[in-house]
Amino acid sequence: QGLLRRSVCHSLPSFGSITGACRAIQKLTRVRVVDNSALGNTPYHRPPKCIHVYNKTGVGKVGDKILLAIKGEKKKALIVGHKMPGPTMTPRFDSNNVVLIEDNGNPIGTRIRTPIPYTLRRREGEFSKVLAIARNFV
Amino acid sequence: RVSSDGKPPKFQPPPKPVIIDRKTKKEESRFLSPEFIPPRGRKDPLKYYIERKDMIQRRKVFNIPEFYVGHILAVTTANPLAGDKSSRFVGICIQRGGTGLGATFVLRNVIEDQGVEICYELYSPRIQAIEVLKLEKRLDENLMYLRDALPEYSTVDVNMKPVPRMDHEEIPVNKVQVRMKPKPWSKRWERPKYNIKGIKFELPEHKMQAAQKWSQPWLEFDMLREYDTSKIEEKIRKELSEELEK
Repeated sequence: QGLLRRSVCHSLPSFGSITGACRAIQKLTRVRVVDNSALGNTPYHRPPKCIHVYNKTGVGKVGDKILLAIKGEKKKALIVGHKMPGPTMTPRFDSNNVVLIEDNGNPIGTRIRTPIPYTLRRREGEFSKVLAIARNFV
Repeated sequence: RVSSDGKPPKFQPPPKPVIIDRKTKKEESRFLSPEFIPPRGRKDPLKYYIERKDMIQRRKVFNIPEFYVGHILAVTTANPLAGDKSSRFVGICIQRGGTGLGATFVLRNVIEDQGVEICYELYSPRIQAIEVLKLEKRLDENLMYLRDALPEYSTVDVNMKPVPRMDHEEIPVNKVQVRMKPKPWSKRWERPKYNIKGIKFELPEHKMQAAQKWSQPWLEFDMLREYDTSKIEEKIRKELSEELEK
């Protein structure tokens, strides 16, 4: 369910060409919002895209904060999984997953159904509220 | 049989029992894990010998079962960040790679509509247990096309009970033809380079024939690409059997 062209259940129109490999999250990557917030789940004619990565390098991996453009608004988000293979023993997801977040780190949604990697638990201090709403860990 | 008149029929001794010597059969077709076979190259074989000794040491302590691509495995790893300090992942093995101590295998599963793949190192000390839940070979040695197939073909029940193995001889081959999502795919699996037999291509005929343009039929006759591992395998098998008996 990574690329919107293929996911039938979302009933969104097709989005033009799809680029293949450059798989970690950087500016202009389309992401998939994984929590149950209204902003993330209401359909819109444009997919949510990353516009800035809060990182020294512009490449976001699991646990990095990014700025998303959703429904004409700017919102911060936390990366919880990407298509790029990471170190061995860490999970690689089939879509770039993201959880919407406020500036102080509070998640906007109330539940996260998709699996989250255990590596986020290392930074329990910053992400405690996000980890509290997560259901499955991988 | 026609009995001779009057006298009782001639004593027919019972047929001799056919003794199938299973032990010798097993030794001939014993499985050698692919990471033992050194890749073709000009490195000193001493390096591979030392690595194999370390691999055997690890195998003495921890049981690494025989498995192929297509088997369903459950791996428990030690994880300080997990509750109970260990985490369990169940999935289909889609690829086995690497040689020596860095041998890896990738398990794939679909959890809550999200496809997850984890690449595990066979000889990592973090792995606490590998259980084979279902023994099943597939038609290909690399199931990477499952990423572009419908998610039902990659879903494995997390609470699956291990399927008891019937024979100690053969591993069944699952000849399922997997149905794919609509194109574009991550790789052009219809091309002869990948030589995939496990997909049900629902592409039109002219596309299948256009893909054959990239076929390289001379490759199988290229003698410089040949790598005959039979003698190397025999040597390694002898080594293994000697070391494991100690």
